[in-house]
Amino acid sequence: MSSSLRRIGRFSAISSSINGKGGRCLGGLSTANEELKSGQESGGTKPINLFSAVNQALHIALDTDPRAYVFGEDVGFGGVFRCTTGLADRFGKRRVFNTPLCEQGIVGFAIGLAAMGNRAIAEIQFADYIFPAFDQIVNEAAKFRYRSGNQFNCGGLTIRAPYGAVGHGGHYHSQSPEAFFCHVPGIKVVIPRSPQQAKGLLLSSIRDPNPVVFFEPKWLYRLAVEEVPEKDYMLPLSEAEVIREGSDITLVGWGAQLSIMEQACVEAEKDGISCELIDLKTLIPWDKETVEASVNKTGRLLVSHEAPVTSGFGAEIAASIVERCFLRLEAPVSRVCGLDTPFPLVFEPFYLPTKNKILDAIKSTVNY
Amino acid sequence: MAQLTQRAATFQRTLSAAAFSVSSTRCLNTASTSPITVETSLPFTGHKIDPPSRSVETTPQELLSFFRDMALMRRMEIAADSLYKAKLIRGFCHLYDGQEAVAVGMEAAITKKDCIITAYRDHCIFLGRGGTLLEAFAELMGRKDGCSKGKGGSMHFYKKEGGFYGGHGIVGAQVPLGCGLAFAQKYSKDENVTFAMYGDGAANQGQLFEALNMAALWDLPAILVCENNHYGMGTAEWRAAKSPAYYKRGDYVPGLKVDGMDALAVKQACKFAKEYALKNGPIILEMDTYRYHGHSMSDPGSTYRTRDEISGIRQERDPIERIRKLILSHDLATEKELKDTEKEVRKEVDEAIAQAKESPLPDPSELFTNVYVKGLGVEAFGADRKELRAVLP
Repeated sequence: MSSSLRRIGRFSAISSSINGKGGRCLGGLSTANEELKSGQESGGTKPINLFSAVNQALHIALDTDPRAYVFGEDVGFGGVFRCTTGLADRFGKRRVFNTPLCEQGIVGFAIGLAAMGNRAIAEIQFADYIFPAFDQIVNEAAKFRYRSGNQFNCGGLTIRAPYGAVGHGGHYHSQSPEAFFCHVPGIKVVIPRSPQQAKGLLLSSIRDPNPVVFFEPKWLYRLAVEEVPEKDYMLPLSEAEVIREGSDITLVGWGAQLSIMEQACVEAEKDGISCELIDLKTLIPWDKETVEASVNKTGRLLVSHEAPVTSGFGAEIAASIVERCFLRLEAPVSRVCGLDTPFPLVFEPFYLPTKNKILDAIKSTVNY
Repeated sequence: MAQLTQRAATFQRTLSAAAFSVSSTRCLNTASTSPITVETSLPFTGHKIDPPSRSVETTPQELLSFFRDMALMRRMEIAADSLYKAKLIRGFCHLYDGQEAVAVGMEAAITKKDCIITAYRDHCIFLGRGGTLLEAFAELMGRKDGCSKGKGGSMHFYKKEGGFYGGHGIVGAQVPLGCGLAFAQKYSKDENVTFAMYGDGAANQGQLFEALNMAALWDLPAILVCENNHYGMGTAEWRAAKSPAYYKRGDYVPGLKVDGMDALAVKQACKFAKEYALKNGPIILEMDTYRYHGHSMSDPGSTYRTRDEISGIRQERDPIERIRKLILSHDLATEKELKDTEKEVRKEVDEAIAQAKESPLPDPSELFTNVYVKGLGVEAFGADRKELRAVLP
C-alpha cells in the first residue's frame, strides 16, 4: 500500500474532502432502462457511491464465474480507490491478487490468462498508467482473434482504469485516454456515468466475449451516489441512452462529463433552450443511430469531453454526424473539450470543459 | 499412402519415412528403440543451479526423426525464401534455418499439453507442434487453407490443439502472455509447463523482466527460452546488451546455457527445465544458436557479420550435420539413405507448395470477420456499425 500511496499522493484526501461537501447527487441522471426499473421496483436497491457499485459488480463477477480473476497493483488490499475491498478475503488470494508495478506485464499476463478461457479482470491503477500496456492492448489483445483466424481470443479480458479529472490530480492522475483506444478495432471502450450504470456496464463488459477497456470516472467514485439494485444485472453495450429529451440541440458525452453537461442543460432551459442529452456509454462500437436520430430531430450537435479537443473522440462523432445529417444541420457541430495542452496542474479549471463553456457553446450554436 | 509402401521397399534399414507431417510414423526394426548414450557437444553452464549431465540418452529412431524433421524444416525455410523472392509471399517473413535444433530438441522433451508461445520466427515451431506443410505454406501465401485462415501470415502461425499459442509480432510481448498461460496451468494443477520463447534482442525488453518477476513471485511453471542467435535484427548482441549472458539475466531466477545447435543438448535441457519448473517455478534457458538467413527478407544478413562467420558455423556447428555425423558414426543409416531422406523431404515440400498455390484467397468478407464476436459487436461492417458494405474489388 505504501508504494501506491506514494503514487496516488493526495488523492485520498481529495476524495474525502469532496465527499465532505456532500457532493453532487447524480440521481437526476437516472436511467430509463427496464432492468434497472424492475430492480428498483422490487425494492432491492441501496444508495451507494460509484466505487461501491464497482465493488459490487466485481463481487458478482467473481461469485458467478469460478474462472474469473481480479488483479492489479494493490488490488489485494482493496485498491487505491477501494474498488476491490473485500474481494481477496471472500474469494481468496489465488483469484484476487496484487501484481508488481508493471502495466505492460499485467496486461500481457491478463491476455494469456484470458486466452485459456478465463475472465481476467485487470486493474490499471490510473488510466494515465495504461500507456506502458498500450502495445499489449492494441497489438496483442485487440488483434488476437483476427490474426489467429478465430483460433484464439482474449474475450474474457476486461481492463479497468480510473480516468479523468479529479480536482487537482495534475499531469499524471487526470488524463482521459479513451480516444487512443477508440482507434483500435477489436476492443470495446466503455465509460459509465453513475453508480447504477457502472455496475451494469461493468458486468456486461466482464461477460462480453470481447476484450473491453473500462474507464471509470474517478471523480465520481465517492461523489456520485445513486440507488443501485443489489441484484446481478447487466446493461447493454453499444447502446446510447437519451437521458434528457429536448428539441433545440443534441448534446453527446460520456462519463463524468455528463453531469457537467446536465447542469448546462438546466441553465440553458432557463433561457428557453431545450437540450437533448445523450450518454454514449460505449465509445466503440458506438451507437450512431441514436445520435443520428436525435440530431435529425434537433438539427444541432454539441460534443463534450475532458480529453484534448484535437483527435478526441468528439471529432469522430462530429465527422460521422456531418456525413449522416448534413442537410439537417442548422449549425456547425460544436466541440467543447479539454484544451490541446498536457493536463495542467494549477490551470485545471481553465483546461476543463466547464458548465459555462458548454452553456456558451449551446447559445452560440442555437443562435448561429 | 501409396508413396509410403513404395518408399518402405526402397529402404532396407531403419530409415524409412512417411509423408506430410513432421512426427510421422516409421517402419523400424527392433534395434531402433534400443537406447544409445551420447555426450552433448559442450557442457551446460548453470546460473544458480547445478546443470544436468552431458550424457543424453537417445535412440536410433529419435536420431533419425531429428534428422528428418530438421531437414524438412530447413527445406521449408529455403523454399519460403524462394517464394518470397518470387513475390508469392508478401509482407514480413522471418526464417528459422540454422536454429532447427531448438525446435526439434524442445519437442522431444515435452508433450503437446505443454504450451509454447513464441515471437514471429515461428514457422518451424509450428511444424514441430504438429502443423502441416500445407497449412504453413498456405498461411505464408495468405491462402484460405493456412493455419490462421490466411489472416495471420508468416508472423502469426497458431495451432491450438498442439498447444502452440503462436507467433506474436511485437518483440518480447509474448513473454508476459506465456506467464499468463503458465498461471492457468498451475491453477488447474495439470502438471504442464509453458515455454515462452524470445530472442536475444527481445531479452532487453522491459516487459520481459516484468514477466520474469511475476513468474518467479508466483512460482509459475514458465520456462523462458532465449534463442540467442547473436543478432537482434542487425545489431550484434554485444552492441545491444551490457550482459549478453542471457541465462544469467534473470538474477534471482536460475538459468542454463545450452548449445542450441545440438538437438540432444536442447532435449536434455528442456527435460531438465520442465522437471525443475513444475517443482520450483521459472527457469531461463539460453539456447546458443545461429540463423543463417538475415533477420527478415529485407535483410541480406551479410552487412553486420562476415560471410566467413556464417560459413564457419555451417561447417562446424550445423545442427543437421551434427545429427548426420552421429547417425553415420553409430551406423544407423548410410549416407545414401540420408540423402534420400533429404530428397523425399524436398518432394514433400514441393508438393505442399503446389497444393498451397491451389488454395484460394480468403473470402473478401474475412476482412471484417473475427474483429468482434458475431452478433456481439460488428461483424461484416468494421468499426462503423451497419455502415460499410464489404464489397471488395
